[in-house]
Amino acid sequence: MKRRILELAAIAVGLALGTASAVQAQATDAVIDRIKAKKSISIGYREASIPFSYIDAQGKPTGYSTELCARVAATVKTALGLPELEIKWVPVNLQNRIPLVANGTVDISCESAVNTIGRQAQVDFSSPFFISSTRLLVKSKSGIAELADLKGKSIALPINSVPERLIKAIVERDKLNVRIVPVRDNSEGFLALSTDRVDAFSTDDILLFGLRSKAPTPADYEVVGKPLSYDSYGFLVQKNSTVFLSLVNATLARLAREGELAKVYGTWFEPLGVPLSASLATIFQVIGIPE
Amino acid sequence: MNYAWNWAVLFQSPYLEWLGQGIAMTLAVSTAAWIIALGLGTLIGIIHSSTSGPVRFVTGSYINLFRNVPLLLQMFLWFFVVPELLPKAAGTWLKRDLPYPEVVTAIVALGLFTASRVAVQVAAGIAAVPRGQSMAARASGLSTAQAYRFVLLPQAFRIVVPPLTSEFLTIFKNSSIALTIGVYELTAQTQQIQSFTYQGFEAFTAATVVYMTIALTVTTLMTIIERRIAIPGPTARG
Repeated sequence: MKRRILELAAIAVGLALGTASAVQAQATDAVIDRIKAKKSISIGYREASIPFSYIDAQGKPTGYSTELCARVAATVKTALGLPELEIKWVPVNLQNRIPLVANGTVDISCESAVNTIGRQAQVDFSSPFFISSTRLLVKSKSGIAELADLKGKSIALPINSVPERLIKAIVERDKLNVRIVPVRDNSEGFLALSTDRVDAFSTDDILLFGLRSKAPTPADYEVVGKPLSYDSYGFLVQKNSTVFLSLVNATLARLAREGELAKVYGTWFEPLGVPLSASLATIFQVIGIPE
Repeated sequence: MNYAWNWAVLFQSPYLEWLGQGIAMTLAVSTAAWIIALGLGTLIGIIHSSTSGPVRFVTGSYINLFRNVPLLLQMFLWFFVVPELLPKAAGTWLKRDLPYPEVVTAIVALGLFTASRVAVQVAAGIAAVPRGQSMAARASGLSTAQAYRFVLLPQAFRIVVPPLTSEFLTIFKNSSIALTIGVYELTAQTQQIQSFTYQGFEAFTAATVVYMTIALTVTTLMTIIERRIAIPGPTARG
């Protein structure tokens, strides 16, 4: 057992140094084996998780997360010595992403998945690359500033998401009389808000900023309320694929060290008016472990 | 595959209750929609069997519109678009004051969609009754309404029992689309169990078994009905 840990540690160090030989010597990692056999890496993306992972006007997956995963694929390409490595983009949604990663359909899911202890029972998470909090999107004129202001009103929540559970728990705990309207995804949540079906839509604040920026008149909408949670995002990787996971983390570490991560962040988030927060800057320092 | 199986999760609280609620909602939505579908579908099917061109055009338009637009889209249209097209007060009432707007919308959408399919089958059933039957009915002095009531419909319904059975089965399966507008029916509850426990395969297996049970029950029931109402003779076999 000890020997195996030492071996793994040696491999991880080897990977961090960018030496491909250690990977080739290690053949027990299911994800690496699959990538080698198929000469392709399948990356999960979301259709409307702006600005992390979404479909652009040309119908291609794009966003902060997908861009980082394209860098991961480049690392995998050199580390495994597969110059012809092909990227296969696989659409995933909130319901199927964990099973798809667990059963190996998707090698790495690159979107906006919050790292939770519960989810770690089925998948592993990469180093964090983003921090978000659950807040509310409301119409500017509504006068709603906090969840408590929604008494007697209604709120849209994405079905089966972390914010849905959180808000439901708060509503029950504080005995707030708030009607919950479950919606399938963020765009339907925004639709429900913009057509006055609900008075607020709640999910991760960054997604709310994304929706607001895409609105016909962004000034009509406001992201309000104190942060209701602290959620760190990670890429989803099949459980116990240590070699692959360390390739992913090594990529993030290198990008963080070189200041690339902050630059990529800037290209996606500054247009939304969301500058790099102090906590995320700290995260970038923490994950930027040396070679 | 790296997956930690845990079947016990299905029998834990609150997941077992969620499954139960999901089954109840699926049954409620499907049955209510089926009542609309059977009632409206029969009516439209009968009218559609008329020989008048303009009448057939109207019923044909309904059938084509509702049969050819995907149910997923219809749910979305009824839930999000229709309230915007109505006068403001009516739209607001639909969106905010109607109790359980998503459940009501789902029932109406599923009912109207299935009605178009039932209408086609009923019309086909009437058309399948030998022409001599209708002529004989008229010759015996029955009015059009009486001819339908006493001669055509009793035979047509017996003929269309098998396709209606499939339609009845389909409505249970189609009810899962209601989850897209926020109805917590069986599939939605299953997804919720997965979302809370990350034991998706167990939850989906349970849902599969439930859907199969519903389908087999419906099939058995309809076979019994079919046998009970069968008239000996060539037309009865459909």
